Amino acid sequence: MNIQFRESQEAASPLTVKTAIADCDIHPARATRTELYPYLAKRWQHHLEVYGVHAYQGMTEGPPYPKAQPNASRRDAYPPEGGPQGSSLSFMQKQLLDPNNVQLGVLNPLNTGQGIRNHELSAALCSAINDWQIDKWTSKDKRLKASIVVGNEDGLSAAAEIRERAGDKNFVQVLLLSRNVEPLGQRRYWPIYQAAEEAGLPVGVHAFGFGGNPITPSGWPSYYIEEMVGHSQCQQSALASLVLEGVFERFPKLKMVMIEAGFGWAPSLAWRLDKTWQRLRSEVPHVKRPPSEYIREQVWWTTQPMEDPERREDLFDVINWIGWDRLLFATDYPHWDYDEPSRVLPAGVSEVNREAFYLGNARALYGIG
Amino acid sequence: MASLIAGGVDCDVHPAVPHLTSLLPYLNDYWRDQVTTRGMVDLVSQSYPQNSPIVARPDWRPESGKPGESLDDMRRHVLDPFQLSYAICNPLYGVQMVFSEDLQAAFCRALNDWLVKEWLDRDKRLRGSIVIPTQSVEKAVAEIERCAQDKRFVQVLMLVMGDTPLGKRALWPIYEAAERLELPVGVHAGSAYHNPPTAVGWGSYHIEDYVGQAQAFQTQLTSLIVEGVFAKYPRLKMVMLESGVSWISPYLWRLHKFWRGVRMETPWVDRAPLDIVRSNIRFSLQPFDAPPDEATLIRLFDHMQSDELVLFSTDYPHWQFEGQDALPEGLTPDLVRKIMIENPHATYPRLK
Repeated sequence: MNIQFRESQEAASPLTVKTAIADCDIHPARATRTELYPYLAKRWQHHLEVYGVHAYQGMTEGPPYPKAQPNASRRDAYPPEGGPQGSSLSFMQKQLLDPNNVQLGVLNPLNTGQGIRNHELSAALCSAINDWQIDKWTSKDKRLKASIVVGNEDGLSAAAEIRERAGDKNFVQVLLLSRNVEPLGQRRYWPIYQAAEEAGLPVGVHAFGFGGNPITPSGWPSYYIEEMVGHSQCQQSALASLVLEGVFERFPKLKMVMIEAGFGWAPSLAWRLDKTWQRLRSEVPHVKRPPSEYIREQVWWTTQPMEDPERREDLFDVINWIGWDRLLFATDYPHWDYDEPSRVLPAGVSEVNREAFYLGNARALYGIG
Repeated sequence: MASLIAGGVDCDVHPAVPHLTSLLPYLNDYWRDQVTTRGMVDLVSQSYPQNSPIVARPDWRPESGKPGESLDDMRRHVLDPFQLSYAICNPLYGVQMVFSEDLQAAFCRALNDWLVKEWLDRDKRLRGSIVIPTQSVEKAVAEIERCAQDKRFVQVLMLVMGDTPLGKRALWPIYEAAERLELPVGVHAGSAYHNPPTAVGWGSYHIEDYVGQAQAFQTQLTSLIVEGVFAKYPRLKMVMLESGVSWISPYLWRLHKFWRGVRMETPWVDRAPLDIVRSNIRFSLQPFDAPPDEATLIRLFDHMQSDELVLFSTDYPHWQFEGQDALPEGLTPDLVRKIMIENPHATYPRLK
């Protein structure tokens, strides 16, 4: 499918004026294995050479479920100067930012310092990737904004990294991954929410990562597709935990963004939480309001990968249930399941909703002009 | 609420084993001795703590004993007032939590024999599900074959959260036997707790486990479909019990999209996931996890693009609705007939 998208882009005249959009999920990559070394103490450079990253999974390189294509990325996204997909700013500008008139691009670096068992190394790598985002990307293209990557399993060092970056306009959110050692509502993660709330930054939870748990409650599945589809179930469990542990009640200004896990599941999860909470609320007295209210007020969703009904207009029901003001358009560039901005919404959307979906909601959430 | 009709099939009721000692008459000398000398305790799963509000409707909760342990109560609460022709008994006694395949096989055999003697023999409207010892596929198949000789057993019962994803090939002899013997495989909410109950580990609360059942069903459907269970056993029906229903369509839209993207990984999947679900998978009605408004219900059923997916259930004695309001607002009389009578009979060939 990505090959077709490339053809459609090349067919478009560079002079065509497109409506400005926000792309709330862009994945910048390192061009070389050692590109972060200038931002790392010698100790950690040495550590990486000898011991590697020691993640919450068995493979020293790459994921245990082989992706469907190299780096899970579009085959047309290799930069002409070499390096993996997503590693060249100039090619990202040419392939993504310029032709789609991306006014705001939110960077979500993956394979960084998250999901690593050595929490000191995790913190060092996260700090390094944050410096790298400024040097290589946001300082060179004002359309791009960075996410503060934090060592997700150590709430205290994560909070310190957030406080260090707070107020720096290069950053617009804190980034967590969805697969963690424990459900995200657990107390070990609260310092992250507290620091983010203080800094006025949303916390994005991007699908993927490693936390040592099987991606099903029945153990490890066999296939990449099960992991891919499973990210939405994983995200639902994380969101349920955030609600039921009272995180939204305790941090009422906290805003969470569910990134790259779909959104079609959101109404059903909220209904189920409400119905079950009516029965079992005496177990969780700290959850003072129906769960759907916290979700409606404090949670946003990026759109890619959009659920794809047979009758595409069925998606409007789901969006109406969630609220048109809560979706943030994203392409997931340069990954293979990229959503093409001009094709992603079925016909029949009002101008107001279209503008909110593609740009307005993101600008409001991330506080960009 | 939509009006009930007489002659319906309740596809999910839960007779309770009063205590592990209730199974002693159905165990052989060795296991009876093991249970007593080792001081084994009652097998009540954390999925359904006895006093949890969701486990029994207040007016269905007995003054003493476990909710659902009395046949007279079941008659008075559901079989008679709902004018049921059949009710399918799905025992949720926690035998799946046992790790030893020998002990589990003994408990399953006892549980199935107990169900026949204490329930099926005592009310001709009752039908049973065969609880199987999944720690050993060989023993599970043997138990299916043993029980299937009694035509009142109409399905095989498994939990949605077990040791491995349900599509795994090692489990396929169970599906082969089920298909051969015209037994749908019912997959019921609940965990053996052999794995954390979420993909991100152990939550803190009972409510979290219960909400999380829906995510467990979703991952199991993915496994069953992409491993190719229904390509290998095209006549096999599986019924998701106490699964919730409002997540079905959006979940399938996502699965369908990824299947189109990476189907080269599982080339044996010979039909689109949406088509497989429409022909081979069914869902019980309760808990109906959507808001009580007609407009939403109409959209949800329209999204399914099928009136054959849902089977009537009360989930007795669990607390999912009040009074007789088992059918949510907005179901047309035609859909009520499909859900209460036609769909269950089309799903369970042994119901006669």
